[in-house]
Amino acid sequence: MAQTRSNLFNNLIAQFDTPWKRCAAFAVILALLLVAPISLGPYATVILTNALLYVVLALGLNVVVGYAGLLDLGYAAFFAVGAYTVGILTHTFGFNFWLTLPVAVGAAVVIGTPTLRLRSDYLAIVTLGFGEIVRFTARNLDITGGASGISGIQQPWLFGWHINTPFEFYYVFVVLAVIAVIVSVRLQHSRLGRAWLYVRHDEDAAEAMGIDTVRVKLAAYVIGAIFGSIGGAFFAVNLGAISPESFSFQQSVLILMAVILGGMGKIPGVILGAFIVVLAPELLRDMGEFRLLLFAVGLLLVMLFRPSGIWPARGK
Amino acid sequence: MSMSNPLLALRGVNLSFAGNTVLDNVDFSVGRGVIASLIGPNGAGKTSLFNCITGFYKPQSGSIKVDDQELLGLKPHRVTQAGIARTFQNVRLFQQMTVLENVMSGSHCRSKAGAIAAILGLPSQRREEADIRAHAIECLAFVGIADEMDRDATNLAYGHQRRVEIARALATRPKLLLLDEPAAGLNAGEKADLLTLIGRIRDELGISVLLIEHDTGMVMKISERITVLDHGVVIAEGAPKEVQANPKVIEAYLGQEDGEDLL
Repeated sequence: MAQTRSNLFNNLIAQFDTPWKRCAAFAVILALLLVAPISLGPYATVILTNALLYVVLALGLNVVVGYAGLLDLGYAAFFAVGAYTVGILTHTFGFNFWLTLPVAVGAAVVIGTPTLRLRSDYLAIVTLGFGEIVRFTARNLDITGGASGISGIQQPWLFGWHINTPFEFYYVFVVLAVIAVIVSVRLQHSRLGRAWLYVRHDEDAAEAMGIDTVRVKLAAYVIGAIFGSIGGAFFAVNLGAISPESFSFQQSVLILMAVILGGMGKIPGVILGAFIVVLAPELLRDMGEFRLLLFAVGLLLVMLFRPSGIWPARGK
Repeated sequence: MSMSNPLLALRGVNLSFAGNTVLDNVDFSVGRGVIASLIGPNGAGKTSLFNCITGFYKPQSGSIKVDDQELLGLKPHRVTQAGIARTFQNVRLFQQMTVLENVMSGSHCRSKAGAIAAILGLPSQRREEADIRAHAIECLAFVGIADEMDRDATNLAYGHQRRVEIARALATRPKLLLLDEPAAGLNAGEKADLLTLIGRIRDELGISVLLIEHDTGMVMKISERITVLDHGVVIAEGAPKEVQANPKVIEAYLGQEDGEDLL
C-alpha cells in the first residue's frame, strides 16, 4: 500500500520533467500564493506568512546541511542574531530598517564562522552549544531586553509604503521566499553548488580534484547564515516584538526537520517540508492535546517509508 | 629527457607513523614526458609515497618539488593546482552524481566563479560553466566513454568507473598524472586498452605518467623508468631491463610470502 502510494507520488512528480513544465508548476503555485490571503482570511494569512518564513530558513539550512553535509543544530542562532540586530538598531538607536539588514547579516557571519573550525560530529555539538549561547546571551544582556526581549519594533517603510498590516507582510515574505528559491536554484547549478556535493560525498577525493574543502564549507556556512539572519530581520519587524524564547533549540530542530522531512538537497522537497512543519500542527489543532503526538507519529512514518525525504530523488 | 631538471623531484623524504618508518630517505624523480612506474612488494610504501607527493601525508623531512615549486606542506588541493593529479587505489567516484558531474569536478581548480556570480547569473559565469562542461566532455571522449556521461557514475561497469576516474584527473589539466594500481580488477582486454590509453595520455596530451602497479608484465611493457621500493627504501632505479636483472630486486620479490614474480 505504502509502496503504491509512493509510486503514485513519484509518477506525479515525474510529469514535471522539462524546465517548461516546472516553470508552469512554479507559476501556478505562485499564483495560488498571491490569491491565498484574499480567499482564506486573516488567520490563515498569518499562518502562511510563518510558513513562508520557514521556507526561507529551511532553504538556508539546506545549503549547510543538504548541500555541504554539515550538521548544524543551532541554526536558530543566526535567525536570532538577525532579529536582535534589527530590533536593537531600529528600536534603541533609531536606525532605518533597510540599513540594519547588512549589519544583521555581517553580525551573523562574524559570530557564526568560528564554530566551523571543527569536523563533522564535533561541529554538530558545537553548533548546538552556539545556539544555546546566543539565546542565553540575549536573555542576560540589558541591550537585548533580558527575558522579556524587545517590543515596539518599528515596521519598515519602503519608498513611502509603510509595511504594517499582516497582509502586506505576507506579500513581503512571498517575495523573500521567491528570492530564496531563485538563489538556491542558481547556487545548486553552479561551480560552488557542485563543489558542496563533492565535499559531502568524498572530502578526500574532492581535495584531490583541487577543491579547497575548508573554503567551500565556509561558503556554505556563510550563505546559510545570510538566509537565517535575513529571515530573522523580517521576523522581528513583522511581529514587532522578539524574546529569547522565539529562538530556542526547538526552533533549530523544527527548521532542520523541514529540511530532512522534505529531502536534504532537494529544493521543492525542502519547501514542502517547511509548509508541513508549520501547517500540520495547525491542521491538527482540533485534536487538542493529541496534536503533537499525531504530528510526531506522522514524522516517524515518513522517515520509515521514505528515509531520504518525501521528495523523490532525481531521475536517471 | 633532461635529468638535470626533472618534472618531479623528491629529496630525502622521511615519513613515519608513531615511530614506524614508512619512507626512509627517499630520493626519487620523474622526468618530463616520461611514463614511469613505482613497484615493490606489498607494504613497501608505494601508496604512502603517492600520498606524500599529493599532500595527504606530511613527511617529517625532505623536499618534494614539481617544476622547482616546493610541494611539501601544501594541502592536497594546492598540489593539484600545481599540476599533479591522481587516481585512487580503490576507485573513489562521487556517488549519486553523473559521470559528467564527476569529471566536471576536475575543472574546479582551473575556474573561479563564486557565489555572487552564480546568483546573478553573470555572463562570465555562464561562459565558464559552458567551458567546464565542454572540457569535461572532451576528457570523457578522450578516455572513450562520452556516451555514458549522463549515467550515474557508480552504476557503470568497473572498468568504465576506472576510466571516469582517469578522465576526472585529466580534467584538472595536470603536468603529471599519478595512477594508483590502475589495472587492479581489470580483465586482460581492459588491461590492453588501459596500456593504449596511458600511452595516448603521454603522446597526445604531453602529460607525464607515474603509476603504481602490481601487474609486472604491464609495468615492463609500458614503463621507460622503474623505481623499486622495499620497506620504504629505494632499492633500484632504471630502465626495465636493468631493474629486472638487479639482484636486490629479485631478492625483495622472492622474499615475499605470496611470491609475486617479476617475469
